[in-house]
Amino acid sequence: MRSSSDVSNASGNSTSTVGPVLSVRDLRVEFDTRRGRVRAVDGVSFTLNAGETLGLVGESGCGKTDTALSLLRSVPAPGKIDGGSIEFEGRDLLSISERDMNRLRGKRIALIPQDPLTALNPVMTVGDHIVEVLDIHLGMRGETARSRAADLLSRVGIPEPRKRLDAYPHQLSGGMRQRVMIALAISCEPAILIADEPTTALDATVQAQILELLDEIKRETGMALLLITHNLGIVAGHCNRVAVMYCGRIAETASAGDLFRHPHHRYTAGLLACVPRLDRQGKGIFFTIPGTPPELTNLPPGCAFASRCDAVTDHCRSERPNLAHTNGSAVPGSTDHLMACWNPAAKASSDAGADHQTSARMAVAYGRAHDKSDA
Amino acid sequence: MSGAFTRYLAGRVFGLLMVILALSAVVFFLMHQVPGGPFTFEKQPLPAEQMANINRKYGLDQPVYVQYFKWLWAILHFDFGIPFQSPSETVVSLVQRAWPVTIIVGVITITISYTLGILFGITAAVWQNSWIDRVVTFVATLGLTLPSFIIGFLLVYFLSVKLRWLPTGGWGKPEQLIMPVIAYGLGPMAIVARYTRASMLEVLRSEYVRLARARGLPWHRVMLRYTLRNALVPLITVLGPSIPDVLTGSIFIEGMFSIPGLGRFFTSSAQFRDYPMIMAMMLMVAVLWGATYIISDVLYGLADPRMRVGGEVR
Ligand SMILES: Nc1ncnc2c1ncn2[C@@H]1O[C@H](COP(=O)(O)OP(=O)(O)OP(=O)(O)O)[C@@H](O)[C@H]1O
Ligand code: SF4
Ligand SMILES: [Mg+2]
Repeated sequence: MRSSSDVSNASGNSTSTVGPVLSVRDLRVEFDTRRGRVRAVDGVSFTLNAGETLGLVGESGCGKTDTALSLLRSVPAPGKIDGGSIEFEGRDLLSISERDMNRLRGKRIALIPQDPLTALNPVMTVGDHIVEVLDIHLGMRGETARSRAADLLSRVGIPEPRKRLDAYPHQLSGGMRQRVMIALAISCEPAILIADEPTTALDATVQAQILELLDEIKRETGMALLLITHNLGIVAGHCNRVAVMYCGRIAETASAGDLFRHPHHRYTAGLLACVPRLDRQGKGIFFTIPGTPPELTNLPPGCAFASRCDAVTDHCRSERPNLAHTNGSAVPGSTDHLMACWNPAAKASSDAGADHQTSARMAVAYGRAHDKSDA
Repeated sequence: MSGAFTRYLAGRVFGLLMVILALSAVVFFLMHQVPGGPFTFEKQPLPAEQMANINRKYGLDQPVYVQYFKWLWAILHFDFGIPFQSPSETVVSLVQRAWPVTIIVGVITITISYTLGILFGITAAVWQNSWIDRVVTFVATLGLTLPSFIIGFLLVYFLSVKLRWLPTGGWGKPEQLIMPVIAYGLGPMAIVARYTRASMLEVLRSEYVRLARARGLPWHRVMLRYTLRNALVPLITVLGPSIPDVLTGSIFIEGMFSIPGLGRFFTSSAQFRDYPMIMAMMLMVAVLWGATYIISDVLYGLADPRMRVGGEVR
C-alpha cells in the first residue's frame, strides 16, 4: 500500500514527480472480420501515474474499451493485441504467461465494466462473486471473507450489506449492481482501476455519487484511475489528465486544465466548441460534431478526421499526423501537451482560443464544483 | 420447504388433474364417435343378436356419457377394465407385463444418449470449429435427419446380417439391448448435443464469463461456476419433455427388434377399438407429460434463482 504522502504528491499538477505505474507504448488491437481487418486500437501510447485519474474520451467506437481491455489482456475474440508493450511493475504484460497475468487481473489491475446489468453471473449471489475473488487472490475464506465482502458493500454505499450478500443480481437495481461491480473491482485494492463509462446507465444523482466514491477510494488507496467516458463534464470535474481518442488513435493528450484552455487538435476543439447542453432527462452534457467517423476498415491515408474538419489542408489528406509536442518538439512525457494535427486550432486564431475557454468554463460548470485538474 | 412452494406445487398438481379429467372426457367421446367398434369384423360380421349380447356384456349399449362416468368410477378404484385385444387378462396386468420392458430400454437410452449428448455438446463448444466440433456436428445432423427405424435397419443389416456380431432382436440378454438403444438414442443424443453446444457458446460469449476471466479467475473455475451451470440449466426444459416420449416406447424400435414392450399397443389398441386400453394409455401419457413438466419447472426454479417462485431472498 502506498503512503498518504505519496498520494498527495501524486495529485494535481505535480504528477511528474512520481514515476508512472503503467506505461503503454504503441498498443495495437485488431479485429479480423469478414468485412476486413479492423484496427480498433492503432498505436496508442500513454502513461498512468499513481493517484491520478486519466480520462479517456472520444466518440462511440473510437477504441476506448478495447484499449482498456488490453491492459487486462481481455480483448474479446476475434480481437487480439498485435503489437506494442504494456509495462507494469517492471514487466511487459504482453509477454508474461497467462498464469502470471491471472495473478494481476482483478488483483493489481481491476475493471469496472461498461454495462453492469450483464456483468454478474445470474445464478451466483453477490456474496459468492466477492468471496470468490477474495479467495482466489488473497486466500481469504469463510467468515473472514464474508465480513470483508460485507465491508466492501457498505464501503460502496450499499445499505444492509449483510443481507445484500445473499441477493442475486436480478434482485438489485442498475445503480446497486454498478456499486457491486465497484466493490468487486476494489476488493483487492488494485494499483490500477479501469472504469469503463461507469455511470452511463445511471441517473444523474447516482452518477455523481459513484464518481465521488471513485475519487474517495482513489484518495484513500492511492491507486491510479483510468476513467473512460464521453462526457466532458465528467472529465473536467474528475480527471488530472485527458487523452482524446479518434479512430483508434490518440488525437491529443494534456492535463485537463491545459486541454480545456488550449485545445490544439481540431477534433478536441470541435468537441469543446459544440454548445454544451443538458439532455432531456438532465443526464449530462453531450457534445456532437457534424458527420460520422470513417469506417475503420477503410481509413483514409491522411488524418482520419479530415472528412469532418473545417481546417483541413492538402497535407492533412496525404500524410497521417503523428502525436507530437505542441511546441513542435517530440519529447514524450506524462504531463506534456501532445497532439496529432497538421493545422492545430490553438495557434490559428486567438478568437477561437477565447471561444474554447468559454466552452471549457461551461464544461467545468456542468461538471463538478471542485475542479482538481484546474487547481 | 416454504409455504409458498407447497401452495405452488399443490396448484400445479390440481391443474394437471383438471386437464387430465377434461382430456379423458374428450378422448372418451371422440373414441366412441369413430366408426366401427371393437367387435365389428369386416370379413365375418357377427350376427345382430350376438353383437347385441356382447355390447350388453361390456356395457357398450348404454349412452356414452353413462359409460364415461362408469369408467371414471372404475378407475378411481384402480379398475381399468379388460383389454378387448387380450380378454384373458386385465389392463393392469397387461401394462405391468409390458411397461417394465419399455422402461428398461427407455431409461438406458435416456441415460446414455443424454450423457453423451451433453458431453459432445460441451466438447464441441469449448473447442469450437476444431475437428471434434465438426465430427459432433456431422453425427448430430445424421441423428436428427435419419429416422430411428432407418438407423435400426442399417444396424441390423451391418451388425447382425453382415458381421454377425449381434442378434437381430429378442429380449433377455444384455447384447440384445445394444442396437435398440443406439437406434432409439441417436436422435435424442443429437438434439441434446446441438442444444448443449448452442447454449454453451452463448454463455461462453457472455459478458459475465469474459469479466470473470478479467478478474483473474482460472479457466477451470470459470468453466465450472460460470459456464457449465448456466449453459445446462436451460437444458432442463429441453430434456424434460422428451422423457415421456422415450418412456412410452416406440412401435418401430420394439417391432423391429422384437421387444415385448408397450410400444405396439399404441397402434394395436386403436386398431382393435380397444377402449379400455386406449383410455389407460391416454392416462399414462398424460400423467407422464404433466408430471415431467411440473418436475422440470421445479428443477428449473431450483437451478436458476431468477425463476424462483415469488423471487424472495432467502
Ligand atoms: N467483435 C468485433 N468485431 C469487429 N470489430 C469490432 C468488434 N468489437 C469491436 N470492434 C471494433 O472496435 C472499435 C472500437 O470498439 P470499442 O468498444 O473499443 O469502442 P469504444 O470507444 O469503447 O466505444 P463505446 O463508447 O461505444 O463503448 C469499434 O469501432 C469496432 O469497429
Ligand atoms: S490534421 Fe488536418 S484534418 Fe486532421 S484535425 Fe488537424 S487540421 Fe483537421
Ligand atoms: Mg466502450
